[in-house]
Amino acid sequence: MIKAEHIVKSFDGRTVLDDISVEFDAGQTNLIIGRSGSGKTVMLKSLVGLHEVDSGTIYYDDVCFTDLDFKARKRIRKNVGMIFQGGALLDSSTVVENVKLPLDLFTNQSEEEKMERVNFCLRRVNLDNAHKLYPSELSGGMIKRVAIARAIVLNPRYLFCDEPNSGLDPQTSIVIDNLIRDITEEYNITTIINTHDMNSVLEIGEKIVFIYQGRKWWEGSKHDILHADNRELNEFVFASAMAKRAKMVETTEDGHNGRRAKQV
Amino acid sequence: MQKVFSRPEKMRIYRRRIFYEMEALGLNSIGLTAIISVFIGAAITLQMAISLESPFIPRYLIGYATRETMTLEFSSTVVALILAGKVGSNIASEIGTMRITEQIDALEIMGVNSASYLILPKIVATVFFFPFLTILSMIIGIIGGYMIAALTGIMIPADYVEGLQYCFVQWEVTYSLIKIAVFAFIITSISAYCGYYAKGNSLEVGKASTRAVVSSSIVIMIFNLILTQLLLT
Ligand SMILES: Nc1ncnc2c1ncn2[C@@H]1O[C@H](COP(=O)(O)OP(=O)(O)O)[C@@H](O)[C@H]1O
Ligand SMILES: [Mg+2]
Repeated sequence: MIKAEHIVKSFDGRTVLDDISVEFDAGQTNLIIGRSGSGKTVMLKSLVGLHEVDSGTIYYDDVCFTDLDFKARKRIRKNVGMIFQGGALLDSSTVVENVKLPLDLFTNQSEEEKMERVNFCLRRVNLDNAHKLYPSELSGGMIKRVAIARAIVLNPRYLFCDEPNSGLDPQTSIVIDNLIRDITEEYNITTIINTHDMNSVLEIGEKIVFIYQGRKWWEGSKHDILHADNRELNEFVFASAMAKRAKMVETTEDGHNGRRAKQV
Repeated sequence: MQKVFSRPEKMRIYRRRIFYEMEALGLNSIGLTAIISVFIGAAITLQMAISLESPFIPRYLIGYATRETMTLEFSSTVVALILAGKVGSNIASEIGTMRITEQIDALEIMGVNSASYLILPKIVATVFFFPFLTILSMIIGIIGGYMIAALTGIMIPADYVEGLQYCFVQWEVTYSLIKIAVFAFIITSISAYCGYYAKGNSLEVGKASTRAVVSSSIVIMIFNLILTQLLLT
């Protein structure tokens, strides 16, 4: 569980996050949605402490993260995995070295144990034949997969994903989405995903928080997002033709299952 | 700065990175240093031989002048300026790119002190390796002078060699090595700083890298005077 209470973050006097309070539970995929520039990335980076919040508190389970110093945060970070928007793989290291780095840093395992874990994680993300390649030799989807493998290599309890499927083709997007959801359920991780992709929202949005002009504007799940009574949210949601169709199908068939609607 | 020198988390990883950086920043600069040194050594000898054309000046002074110029100034200060251009821009753009592509954030998330992890190995590698480049530059520059003497016949190589041994003061070499070690520190720390605090996009990385070269060159010139005052007088 991760909880934010009244967090405020501004840059040079411009408020980006304005008094946001929200709770994300473990074992489900929590989504933060909003238009680009609405502050999703800032929100995610504030939650992990890459940005210091101006005020407000953040809890990781029952630990108050905001009060901790660098050392104590480091202990929590051992349990945190993060997937950055561009993957953020180290350019000077191969796929295997990238995935192995957290193990090198945090564990005293032998080289065989580490390699076993690395191979397991790479297999988990369906990446079996890229071990010796450098990030510049990978496609966008492969980079995202390596990033996921690196994020889960230490068995994190908290997983943060910043637009995990931006820049990917629809098919790969779904694969990545499902991968993240499966891992979340399998290991009971508290997962928070930034996205503006309605596909993902309707597919894996077990809890959805809509951010608009730096405020939390709406929260709910994929089941109620199509019927929400909120003008800004509706504008965001139905900007996508796919969501429009999904709603049409739902109302004509009188269905109420987001997944069912999506398959049409 | 304090962040850079806090205790490294795992020595083994640091050692590996230091060797990597020695290769990337040091070994890869050998070619450039050697080429420039051989030509400058030859040019100095040629110029001296032409301008000291007088029956009252002993010819061996040409070798002496080449040696002094190389050891005192060229192989440390000028080589440092050249390396500021090559290595400084490399460091600033590498670290700047890591900043804007969130690689630095990724390291921080893994609990790594990114400043120390990225910068310390580079500082250690250059401070240890650059003195070798200076020694190399001295030797090659002097050889360049010898070659030009032998090739053009503008002076007798034996005179040149005699000049090389004339009034040799060991301290001058030490002085040069101290200088280059300080310059290495200046180049690496300033360039890394410029890259580490780059913001925005590739334009900013370009600017950071220019800033790195300009600032470190100026600081090198200032420290050259300070160190010369301190060490030679
Ligand atoms: N480091 C920063 N310094 C200043 N402004 C920033 C910084 N990071 C983000 N912002 C601003 O915060 C706003 C939200 O950005 P961001 O969270 O990246 O949006 P998105 O929802 O697309 O991820 C933007 O207007 C951006 O200009
Ligand atoms: Mg973003």
